[in-house]
Amino acid sequence: MKEFLTDQLKTQEYFLNMGPQHPATHGVLRLLLKLDGEIVRNVDMDLGYIHRSIEKMCERASYKQIIHLTDRLDYLSAHMNNEAVCLLAEKALNIEVNDRIKIVRTIMDELTRISSHVLWWGVTGMDIGAITTFMYGFRERELINDIFEETCGTRLTMNYNVIGGLRYDIHENFVKRTKDVLKHLKKKLPEYDKLLTNNIIFQKRLMNVGVISGEDAIAYGLNGPTARGSGVSCDIRKTHPYSAYDMVDFEEAIFTEGDSFARYKVRIKEMWESISIIEQLIDKIPNDEYKVKTKAVIKLPVGDYLQRVEASRGDFGVYVKSNGQKFPERLKFRSPGFANLTALNKMAYGLKIADLVAILSTIDVVVPDIDR
Amino acid sequence: MTNLEIKNKIEALQSGLTFSSEDTDFLCIEVPKELLKEFLSNIKNNEDLSFDYLFALSGIDFGEDLGVIYHLESSKYKHLIQITVKTSDREDPSIDSIHEIYPAAYFNEMEAHEFFGIKFKGHPDLKNLFLPENWDKGFPMRKDYTDTNMLIR
Repeated sequence: MKEFLTDQLKTQEYFLNMGPQHPATHGVLRLLLKLDGEIVRNVDMDLGYIHRSIEKMCERASYKQIIHLTDRLDYLSAHMNNEAVCLLAEKALNIEVNDRIKIVRTIMDELTRISSHVLWWGVTGMDIGAITTFMYGFRERELINDIFEETCGTRLTMNYNVIGGLRYDIHENFVKRTKDVLKHLKKKLPEYDKLLTNNIIFQKRLMNVGVISGEDAIAYGLNGPTARGSGVSCDIRKTHPYSAYDMVDFEEAIFTEGDSFARYKVRIKEMWESISIIEQLIDKIPNDEYKVKTKAVIKLPVGDYLQRVEASRGDFGVYVKSNGQKFPERLKFRSPGFANLTALNKMAYGLKIADLVAILSTIDVVVPDIDR
Repeated sequence: MTNLEIKNKIEALQSGLTFSSEDTDFLCIEVPKELLKEFLSNIKNNEDLSFDYLFALSGIDFGEDLGVIYHLESSKYKHLIQITVKTSDREDPSIDSIHEIYPAAYFNEMEAHEFFGIKFKGHPDLKNLFLPENWDKGFPMRKDYTDTNMLIR
């Protein structure tokens, strides 16, 4: 019988389009899969469905305008992206910001990270088949977005950082609300573990799926939680501290298995670390100016500048080549998501389509970040 | 390692490089394009330098020349350098592909190819990644590119 099957019923490799409109691709990402039955033999990417040519636009935009474009990249790391441009300009112009600005920026970054990770947690659960988690994730995210709304005026594209400080001072409820949210999160995060992390079905879907070694992770340029799941120490907050990260004590979340479950655990641990960072800082906000006065037209001196920050998805970098004018000559956004996607083919080879969904989910793709 | 130490190490390893005199956080080096692959594999495999992580690969239009800027980091020592490669041929610019040394370069080179028209010699599949397959309106990120739909000129 077995011989008959192999002789008569030959399988043939075929191509299947996944996306551009597929719920698991989290946006308009098109993957062209080469399949043998249900086994993935090759993943070919077709990007650019929402390419807005932001880098080209930046060549005709002043540095103050560029900040507004950055939170349209990875909209779930809006604060970090804004901050990267601000820090770059401040470094180039030797603007020293006070501790109040540094601490508020750091708290905002960490709140953004938590809000991004709870959303990711919800969506990952849904991708694997647990619809409930989606509601849970959004419930917590809503509370953090309310804080943003109160202080920044917006919930998603905050534009709260400006060159030389913050756009507005923090709202009078900010400290209290942040503490309340932390208290709430500390109660809810163990619930996340009960619901999903310790679920045997969920674990089996992620364990040993999409394994990538630490060596390969470095070679393929992986960064952020994706690389830390393979045991690579690459947290910019640790290696190149900026803002108030040198004032706090936190642990870099590293797991060495390199599979999807390790990447999942990294993000869960990062949420706990973020809570701890905010707790260390929330009572230390000094009374001071929230903005340093800067010139109306900002011109960076001639030269090459690079600023990196740890966004929710990894190592976000802004490279500026300035010719001394008010517009940059060339500006490059180094997107963490694009770098993480590079290794998709390597991770997914020989696995099933359902596993590819798990991989996409645990490297946490956000398409505007990839397309730029 | 400080920038000066890195510079001395690199000078001992390879001749024919131009170091930037500007005072920046990281060392800027201009490499002749013939030496690129040899130089990169040297600094990647050198134990004291070990530049094994390609942080960013950006195409760039200098006006006259086209070029590529590589930012390399050492995952062990966390030091970073910037490498510039230029080509003066705007009609048929070509630079060696480095995807065999740094697999991370594979998609970044495709991006630089479609937006700047730089051909990466040795890259197996230089198709359009972001632009439509049938795009024939030139290279959008070049300085001399114009388009009736461009919102900002």
